[in-house]
Amino acid sequence: MDRMDRNVVVPGDLLSDDPKRAGEGTYVKDGSVRSLLYGMASSYKDKVRVIPLAGKYVPTPGDTVIGTVQDIVFSNWIININSPYEGLLHISELPRKIEMNEMSKYLRIGGSVMIRVKDVDSTMKVELTMNDRRLGTLTRGRVAEINPTRVPRLIGKGGSMINMLKKELNCNIFVGQNGRIWVDGNDDDMDLALKTVLIIEKEAHTTGLTDRILEFLRVEKEARS
Amino acid sequence: MIGMDEKLSFFKDGLRLDGRLPDELRPIKVEVGVLARADGSCYMEMGDNKVIAAVYGPREVHPRHLQEVTRAIVRYRYNMASFSVEERKRPGPDRRSYEVSKVSREALEPVILTSYFPRSVVDIFVEVLQADAGTRTAGINAASVALADAGIPMKSLISSCAAGKVGGEIVLDPMKLEDNFGEADVPIAMTPAGEITLLQMDGRLSKEELKRALELAKAGCQQIYEIQRKVLVDRYSHMNEMESCDEAVAEEEI
Repeated sequence: MDRMDRNVVVPGDLLSDDPKRAGEGTYVKDGSVRSLLYGMASSYKDKVRVIPLAGKYVPTPGDTVIGTVQDIVFSNWIININSPYEGLLHISELPRKIEMNEMSKYLRIGGSVMIRVKDVDSTMKVELTMNDRRLGTLTRGRVAEINPTRVPRLIGKGGSMINMLKKELNCNIFVGQNGRIWVDGNDDDMDLALKTVLIIEKEAHTTGLTDRILEFLRVEKEARS
Repeated sequence: MIGMDEKLSFFKDGLRLDGRLPDELRPIKVEVGVLARADGSCYMEMGDNKVIAAVYGPREVHPRHLQEVTRAIVRYRYNMASFSVEERKRPGPDRRSYEVSKVSREALEPVILTSYFPRSVVDIFVEVLQADAGTRTAGINAASVALADAGIPMKSLISSCAAGKVGGEIVLDPMKLEDNFGEADVPIAMTPAGEITLLQMDGRLSKEELKRALELAKAGCQQIYEIQRKVLVDRYSHMNEMESCDEAVAEEEI
């Protein structure tokens, strides 16, 4: 009963009899590799792993995410990062020096930020940083939310999907690892961009999606002109 | 409810009152992802039982003092709608629903990898819309599918069903008449590997009868497991290949 390779698996399904092949989303029991998740099994290098079809975003150091400010406490912003765990942004992690009484001037409650996960400890305390040229507050554009498990599909192999979208839509698009997407462009382009993103989310598991999306965009744009 | 005549039998020509064989389950219907706002959900019918399960989480724990530093906690709320039984059920939690919630939680908790999500909670809500004996087992089955649908890491699914004794015979999955006028009811829950996570008994059984009841219930759980697995797999059956987007990283300029 080998339910392997690009198949939908449920928790407990047998993936391999070789414990050395245990990859992400699997566990070993009595010498056999089994799935931990409801998802797609696939071979990756010499491992088997399961890519989840659902689930929450769990912050990992190095991830770039989009957050919203929830609260301001003593020298920290508390940031919602679309995860079971909230993030902490300390004032020292800003690119320039800011006084404590000026915190809300720079970043208000409700404001959106593009931010990087700096560190996560074992109790899931999440430290964030904004100390990078590419990070900062979002003052223009719109933010949409998709399921974080669909993020790799939206980016595509080597960025194929996202680069196609940016080119076809004339928009600046940023995909946060936490499933929040920022788009910036003119209003019509942004409308279409968000519509397309939601289609990709819904059909993330189907084949030939990039081509179908390209076709969809052509039709939509023709209808507009 | 019509009073049961002493002479009335539970069997007719070897079949039960609803036409089932002694080792036959009631028909099962399952649907996944029925609630838009829940992270995972499942609607299930087992005979005339109708339950809906919703899973939220992992999410932040409220109230705060319940949170555990090293693992996620699991909360399970079993609730019967006031219209789910013949006589109106007084709404709200009672002794029975507290008990069912506790044993159901303990039936599911062993397979959930709570250590993956410290300081969080997985909330499971089970609402019974229509009851016909065996609602706790239906609730556990639905909750297990909803947990998978929510993407919660688990060692396996959990399947659950009951066996009972009516008219001196051991039967699988007793329905309301058999449960009310029968001699015993044994609900169990287990993993597909046969590890039992719930075992209750109401009534009297001899050692041999209990053995037979367990045997029947285990066979029933295996059948239910195949249904649970099928409904999850079929949901994405049109997918044969997800283009691999391994190691895709967001690299953009603002």
